Amino acid sequence: MTETELSATGRAEEAAAPGRPGLERRTFRSILRSAEIDARMAGMLAALAIIWVVFQIITPGNTFLTPRNLWNLTVQTSVVAIMATGMVLIIVSRNIDLSVGATMAAVGMVMGAVQHDLLPSLIGFDHPLTWIIALAIGLVLGAAIGAFQGAIVAYVGVPSFIVTLGGFLVWRGVAWWVASGQTIAPMDTSFRRLGGGSTGTIGGTWSWVVGVLACVGLIALQVLRRRQRAKYGFHLRPLWAEVAIGTVGTAAILFTIGFLNRYYLPPRLVEARGAPPGSNIPLGLAIPVLIALGVAIVMTYIATRRRFGRYVYGIGGNPEAAELAGIKTKRTIVKTFALMGLLVGLAAAVQIARLNAAVSSLGTGMELNVIAAAVIGGTSFTGGIGTIAGAVLGALVMQSLVSGMVLMGIEAPLQDIVVGIVLVLAVTLDTIVRRRAAT
Amino acid sequence: MIDRSGPPLVEMRDIRVAFGGVHAVDGVTIDLYPGEVVGLVGGNGAGKTTLIRTLSGAHPADSGEIFINGDPVTIQTPLDAKNLGIETIYQTLALADNIDAPGNVFLGREITTRLGNLDYTAMEDATRRLMSRLNPKFQAFVAPVSSLSGGQRQSVAIARAVHFNARILIMDEPTAALGPAETKQVRDLIRQLRQEGLGIFLISHDIHDVYDLADRISVMLQGRLVGTVNRDDVTVDEVLAMIILGKQPGEVTQKDIAELHEGGPVGV
Repeated sequence: MTETELSATGRAEEAAAPGRPGLERRTFRSILRSAEIDARMAGMLAALAIIWVVFQIITPGNTFLTPRNLWNLTVQTSVVAIMATGMVLIIVSRNIDLSVGATMAAVGMVMGAVQHDLLPSLIGFDHPLTWIIALAIGLVLGAAIGAFQGAIVAYVGVPSFIVTLGGFLVWRGVAWWVASGQTIAPMDTSFRRLGGGSTGTIGGTWSWVVGVLACVGLIALQVLRRRQRAKYGFHLRPLWAEVAIGTVGTAAILFTIGFLNRYYLPPRLVEARGAPPGSNIPLGLAIPVLIALGVAIVMTYIATRRRFGRYVYGIGGNPEAAELAGIKTKRTIVKTFALMGLLVGLAAAVQIARLNAAVSSLGTGMELNVIAAAVIGGTSFTGGIGTIAGAVLGALVMQSLVSGMVLMGIEAPLQDIVVGIVLVLAVTLDTIVRRRAAT
Repeated sequence: MIDRSGPPLVEMRDIRVAFGGVHAVDGVTIDLYPGEVVGLVGGNGAGKTTLIRTLSGAHPADSGEIFINGDPVTIQTPLDAKNLGIETIYQTLALADNIDAPGNVFLGREITTRLGNLDYTAMEDATRRLMSRLNPKFQAFVAPVSSLSGGQRQSVAIARAVHFNARILIMDEPTAALGPAETKQVRDLIRQLRQEGLGIFLISHDIHDVYDLADRISVMLQGRLVGTVNRDDVTVDEVLAMIILGKQPGEVTQKDIAELHEGGPVGV
């Protein structure tokens, strides 16, 4: 491609971009654009930063931005984040899943019963394989429930709202039935690690390893993408932007690890581990957080790099066009629900491990948190639009609000009011921005 | 000249489609030879689009047979049609608005790497080459197609149809949403593709479009085929008489034609 063609490309892309009234905004946006940074994602990160800073200032004793609180925040966010990644694909394909909370309860109860009642009599108490067997059963069961509901939606044509509203009632009832409403506790020792807690973390050193690996991965992705585009002679992101993104990204990752690693084991547990009293042993990243991050990466890969993901977005953008393009739309819809169910199973495992108990009220109201996280993260109910990373950020925004308000001693009803307002506000802003971009 | 000695590229024989009790297509037989443009015309509700949707796999026929190069084939889904080398440009364009141009060109037939990952750069590269031939001004390769103009969207739909070495191209109202310059571009493209030996079914409301481009014209009225005529043997008025009155070219009187013109600009 010649020089002139390259610049023509740049102009055409600029012309296709949203109108920009103010001069200042124009320069800021054009910086974002030439660096090829997603403006929506940048906006969400800014909103999150504002929320954090404001809470840090207004919480008594300025306790929001402490390693302890942020560490807890990451653990609390993980369950909703895991499920929100699946909900993105469901909503992108113009469906909804209202049954995730109830499914979580049913699957959680079964996993609890398996490890508490069934496996000890088969392979013995606290057997090292208990956790993986219970988890596998939960994942399969979750996926099966999802696939079943998805099949009714796709092949019979019942609206997903109705099918999963039915599921919302049915699976909650099933959850009660598994143990006649009784609580199943405690959970298997190794299973409990899935929930975080003092045994469910990877320690300071491994956290650094994870952080460094993440940095290497980030840079490798940048280099690969650049090489691939250079091979075809395409327009490349300016080098300054590439370096800036790499630097900021790796710095952010390493800073986060360093910050979270300053949350230490309580003295009582230090002694229990036989370490000298008074030593600072970092807990490191919690296992549920690692699970959530892993899920987010895999789901992003599925959504953006695999045919299945492309078909989900195609169906959401124009179902008829997807059908005419030869996409097996029904099968794709069933797969999205099965995937959602699988993630619900995973989230259920984390949740019962955290509580160290399976209760039939598990995940009550959770479907709304999950949907809200996806929507705050930019997933649109009109279909075809939404990102996994956005949903994870959305979950973090919601949990940050709740966590900050808890620190301030705000009562639960007022918390709900605030979260509700933020949800509507986020979508309102999004709608206005989109409408501007369209004209 | 068009070689009609061999079997036709496409033959649709006695096709019937009914919606409820309404016979949208009632026993229609048409054919198409390589390097030929067959115009399919008729008023609203004549059954043109329904007929052609049975060929593109969008809606299966209730009865009737389809032959490709003389061999009987079954077309139940859009994929069946594509596998036979039949590509369709729908009137609605059938684009996923949230996806970019390369994504739409390759929708359902993505280029993947050996590991099965979407190869975005390869798809963008192929789309750029394609567009440099079809519409050199087209540069919007990264924006969702919802932000493109009507002509640009049309280019994407056409690119998708011609990329996969189609033998048979169905164009349903390809110029309906276009300005004069873009219409000319599409007309030039149709002539070029015919040169390359493709068979093209051209559906259009615009009788002049069809009259200029088609080698033969098949006229439908109320789900039935009025007749198929060689373009060189008929006048525009005679085709109009077929469309509106359902009369064969020989049967048309001067009075009929006078009446057609009295009705003002004919809305076909």
